[in-house]
Amino acid sequence: MIEVKDLHKSFGDAHILKGISTSFEKGKTNLIIGQSGSGKTVFLKCLLGLFEYEKGSISYDGKIFSNLSPDEKTDLRSEIGMVFQGSALFDSMTIAENVMFPLRMFTKLSKSEMEDRAEFVLKRVNLDDAHHKMPSEASGGMQKRVAIARAIVNKPKYLFCDEPNSGLDPKTAIVIDNLIQEITDEYQITTVINSHDMNSVMEIGEKIVFLKDGLKAWEGSKETIFKTDNEAVTNFVYSSNLFKKVRRMYLEENQ
Amino acid sequence: MKYLHNIGTYFIMIKDMFRKPTKWSVLKILILKDIDDLIIGSLGIVAFIAFFVGGVVAIQTSLNISNPLIPKYLVGFATRQSIILEFAPTFISIIMAGKVGSFITSSIGTMRVTEQIDALEVMGINAINYLVFPKFVALTLYPFVISIAMFLGIIGGLAACVYGGYGTLEDYIDGVQNDFIPFHMAYAFIKTMVFAFILATIPSFYGYFMKGGALEVGKASTTAFVWTSVVIILLNFLLTSLLLG
Repeated sequence: MIEVKDLHKSFGDAHILKGISTSFEKGKTNLIIGQSGSGKTVFLKCLLGLFEYEKGSISYDGKIFSNLSPDEKTDLRSEIGMVFQGSALFDSMTIAENVMFPLRMFTKLSKSEMEDRAEFVLKRVNLDDAHHKMPSEASGGMQKRVAIARAIVNKPKYLFCDEPNSGLDPKTAIVIDNLIQEITDEYQITTVINSHDMNSVMEIGEKIVFLKDGLKAWEGSKETIFKTDNEAVTNFVYSSNLFKKVRRMYLEENQ
Repeated sequence: MKYLHNIGTYFIMIKDMFRKPTKWSVLKILILKDIDDLIIGSLGIVAFIAFFVGGVVAIQTSLNISNPLIPKYLVGFATRQSIILEFAPTFISIIMAGKVGSFITSSIGTMRVTEQIDALEVMGINAINYLVFPKFVALTLYPFVISIAMFLGIIGGLAACVYGGYGTLEDYIDGVQNDFIPFHMAYAFIKTMVFAFILATIPSFYGYFMKGGALEVGKASTTAFVWTSVVIILLNFLLTSLLLG
């Protein structure tokens, strides 16, 4: 479980995060949503320790990140898997080498053990025959799946995904969403996804945190988001006619 | 203020380069790859330039000797001194700032743009050690490149002198051997080692700390080349004043 208390982050005079408090539960897909510029990426990078924050605290299963020694931070980071928006695969390595990279860095496994583990996770993300391809030879959807495989290869306790569906067609996006949810459930990982894809919200949003202007404006789940009358959420989530109709149908069915 | 900030950040990067080292089994592969990219990959262009510039130095020296009292062996002597003292260590380093420096900046800068550096940091890897330290180790072999440049520069001078009809083989070899001061070699290789450090670190700095997209990668490469050249020229003056002055 990840707990965030009163998180503040500024860049110069720009106050980006203005006191966010929330928690992300183990074994659930937690979504952070909000408009562009609402502070989602800054929030995610604070959670990952890539940005230092001025005030507040972030704790991972009770361990407050800012109180950890450098070695403890390194240990904690080896328990984190991250799927970047652009996949961030190392372009000088093959797909199999990319997936094995965290194992080479943090474990003492033999080469054959690492290859077996990489093959297992690549199969888990439905990539059986791409081991020797370079990332540039893989499609966007394949790259995302490789990034997920690399993120879970070292059996992380926490999985972070920054807009995992961006640039993907709707069908592949659903495949990626379902894959993340299955993996979260299967390995009981605390998963945090940064997204503004409303399909993801409706499909896998077991917990949803809505940010607006650097503040938490609402939190709930894919079930409660249909019922909320929070104006900021409804303006954002139901900005398209399609989702307005979906919401109306849902509310009529559940009256 | 911006320059002071950059200088401070550069020295912090140097300190971080030696902190929290990457696993040796991974590091050795990176070092070998960088030796191939930065050292072996530069031999061709360095050999080509050194050979022909050596030839030009010999021809220019020969054409500017009109006084019959000046001995003929001066062509070999002047070529050797020019090549060993300045051309090989300093001007090859300026060329390497363009070839190797822009490669380092653009490859690290592209990793920054595509979030590969963020991926390393999230994993708890010291990205500066992972990316910059292997380049620093690879460039400790830079004196090997400069030795080849010295040798081929002098051979180029010999070929131009003898086959161009500017002097005899005996006069040229006599000039190359005449009044040789071994400390000049030490001076040249001290400079080479300092320039190798600059070649590894300044382009890495501009790549690692760049912000923006693909256009900024190009701009960072150009800036890295300019500042690497400026620092090499300034240090060349400083080291020459200290060691030979």
